Amino acid sequence: MTGQASPTALPDVRAPLLGTWRDAPGLRGFLTTVDHKRIAARYVLTAMAMLFLAGLLAVDMRLQLSRPEMERMGPQGFNEAFALHGSTMLFLVSVPVMEAMALWLIPLMLGQRTVAFPRLAAFSYWMYLGGVLMLWIAHALDITPDLGWFEYPPLSGPAYSPGHRADIWAQMITFSEVAALAASVNIAATILKMRPPGMTLARMPLFVWTMLVASLMTIFALPSVMLVTSMLISDRMVATHFFTPAGGGDALLFQHLFWFFGHPEVYIIFIPAIGFVSSIVETFSRRTLFGYVPMVLAVLGIGVLAFGLWVHHMFAVGLPRLGNAFYTAASMAIALPAGLQIFCWIATMWSGRPRYATPMLWVIGFIATFVIGGLSGIMTASSPLDLQLTDTYFVVAHLHYVLVGGALFPLFGAFCYWYPKATGRLMSERWGVIAFLLIVGGFNIGFFPMHLLGLEGMPRRIYTYGPDMGWGTLNLVATIGTFISAAGGLVFTANAWLSLKRGPLAGADPWGGATLEWATSSPPPVHNFDHVPVVDSIAPLWMQESDLPVMTGLRSDLREVLITSVVDAIPQYRQKSPEPSIMPLIAAIATSVLFVGSIFTPWALVWGAIPVAAALTLWFWPKRPRATDGPFGVRRS
Amino acid sequence: MIGLRPMRATGDLSALPDGAMGPTNVVWWGNLGFMLIEGTAFALAIGAYLYLQSQSSSWPPPGDRLPGLLWSGIFTVFLLASEVPNLWVWRRAHGRSASGVRRGTFAMALIGLILVGLRAVELDHLNIRWDGDVYGSVVWMLMVLHSSHLITDLGDTIVQSVWLYTHRIDTDQFSDVQDNSEYWTFVVLAWLPIYVLIYWIPRLA
Repeated sequence: MTGQASPTALPDVRAPLLGTWRDAPGLRGFLTTVDHKRIAARYVLTAMAMLFLAGLLAVDMRLQLSRPEMERMGPQGFNEAFALHGSTMLFLVSVPVMEAMALWLIPLMLGQRTVAFPRLAAFSYWMYLGGVLMLWIAHALDITPDLGWFEYPPLSGPAYSPGHRADIWAQMITFSEVAALAASVNIAATILKMRPPGMTLARMPLFVWTMLVASLMTIFALPSVMLVTSMLISDRMVATHFFTPAGGGDALLFQHLFWFFGHPEVYIIFIPAIGFVSSIVETFSRRTLFGYVPMVLAVLGIGVLAFGLWVHHMFAVGLPRLGNAFYTAASMAIALPAGLQIFCWIATMWSGRPRYATPMLWVIGFIATFVIGGLSGIMTASSPLDLQLTDTYFVVAHLHYVLVGGALFPLFGAFCYWYPKATGRLMSERWGVIAFLLIVGGFNIGFFPMHLLGLEGMPRRIYTYGPDMGWGTLNLVATIGTFISAAGGLVFTANAWLSLKRGPLAGADPWGGATLEWATSSPPPVHNFDHVPVVDSIAPLWMQESDLPVMTGLRSDLREVLITSVVDAIPQYRQKSPEPSIMPLIAAIATSVLFVGSIFTPWALVWGAIPVAAALTLWFWPKRPRATDGPFGVRRS
Repeated sequence: MIGLRPMRATGDLSALPDGAMGPTNVVWWGNLGFMLIEGTAFALAIGAYLYLQSQSSSWPPPGDRLPGLLWSGIFTVFLLASEVPNLWVWRRAHGRSASGVRRGTFAMALIGLILVGLRAVELDHLNIRWDGDVYGSVVWMLMVLHSSHLITDLGDTIVQSVWLYTHRIDTDQFSDVQDNSEYWTFVVLAWLPIYVLIYWIPRLA
């Protein structure tokens, strides 16, 4: 399989590799690139732009609620604001940004040149961008979805929602889910078949484990939402009766299918964050993670349990009591693996030599905030209590504590942690700390009062309230908190922007990390690594001697990657990796035409499929010599 | 390049093959991923059918006729029989026979065309429209879901056959033929529970 090379000088392959893996210059390169780093970077930046827009909507809503009887927004405007905010945050920020981080990081952590299916990664981004444009261009044309981030029928059905607002929402989901599924298959195949020699499953960095589990969860959860939104569109367009009781349909079927996806989705967002936190805690505690095996088992446990919880979003719809009791128990059970992880991180810090740089501060902010969210989660998991709390601001507080505290804070930490790897420069620590204090402080001032407002009975999704309700003061405090964290967001963004040029040079390994991405230069070259790293432990850069063991022999004159075995990562063969191509973009445009057309006429599924088929055929058409045998072979003269 | 560690060669990969077949090939895993996604969609659609049936006092609702057994039976027998040539193609790919995979994929494309024709006749004998009631809606959903897979794999097989007849074939292409053949088996297997559900469960209930 592999011969022993002499320990003499390594062949200098950098120059030919740079030429082989280079993109075309200018716009052509921009549109045809299959470089996982470029694709992932635009994925992250687009998600950040969406986060900014969704944040503006949040500020807008908080201004409206800051005092009783404010009239700056009407009920319709408020409905649109929270529907757009929630849909954007869940479908266009949280899930895609995690996939994007994985598309960027996983090949680097695996010492690989690219992902398993580079063109699929490009297609995934273009489809995601299609979803972004679908929602926000429609908003610019005043066709804004206005029924929240889960559009329950019968309200979203043809009888109560004429026009195309609900269709825009449903088809935006199809876009973003196609993108997420494509990314997940790509990430899972990369993790299973492209690990460096020696990186057995038991030596995978925890982040890689979390992305494997999150990708598999995506594969099993997202078909449900695609199915249910397709059923909704079909009820609205071709008069099927899935959710209309008059035709024998059942509106609750929508809720079951939606939450069969919707609950795992929360963990699809949270599990990658576990990976970020673990990477940061390990590096900044300067020791390997305490309890690696229990941590992996906990991630797997959360992945399985997450599929057994969906009914806890439906406690108030009148299901059988025994069912409610079962889902209460299952919802509380998931606190065990989540709690175990928190203890493992604390133990790692306790027994290590922690350094409190910005990424580590975000981890501490995450633990404090997420524990509060977890505790309010145990409260809402109890079905009798949930009957009182559901549809109040208590739930708004809870979901923001777990999603912002549990996923976005680790994401911000991850951003600071890997920023020097991506850009070659360090961000300012001083401004990083200021941004951290403003965001975490403002967040808690903004959202903690909502627990109390919920307990006082303030319902969610109301555009205003009377002065006699007594909710004015706490709402004003919440609005002030929102402004503080928004200011923190601006500081964070300015820090990232200014550090691109002004930040001190980072070098390959500014934090003293343990995993392979720190073994290449910052930013990494187009081909990531000159040679294939070899791994013999869970923390290769800490355990090995000063020099990095590598394998040579991958071609430098054409795009080639190493494929290894699933369990033991034993080298199996050299796989050709595709060249840049415009076809993923063309295929995404053709698919977009089909999707957009199909909210106006069912025939779009027929005529729209023709350009999609043509684009996919050209995409997958292998470039090889013509046949010289067989009935259609070219005869040599 | 700042701060890069020195590297030490411990092995050479140039002697490894430059292609592989079956689960060794990374593309096989991508194919598996998409089968898992679509299999989940089938399972959930089947679950939706059973859920709606459980919510209804009679199934199909009074006044609805049951779907016809003749054409669906012919389709199902023919679909199951297509596994014989399909597995033959798989083995020709495994044995790296260029003429075998060319003829095999051509035959499978013809078989697929016949099956799509049979499916069209079958749809004409469902005896219910999608907008009649929820029973009609969910029957049509399952049929459309399965038919779209049938058509997709037919398209894939036609393109593959054209390519194979006109180009030189190597390991990766034999592997592609195997992947396509496995996908066809997936389409066949996915049909069986749907067939039982649509044509037999209402009769047995």
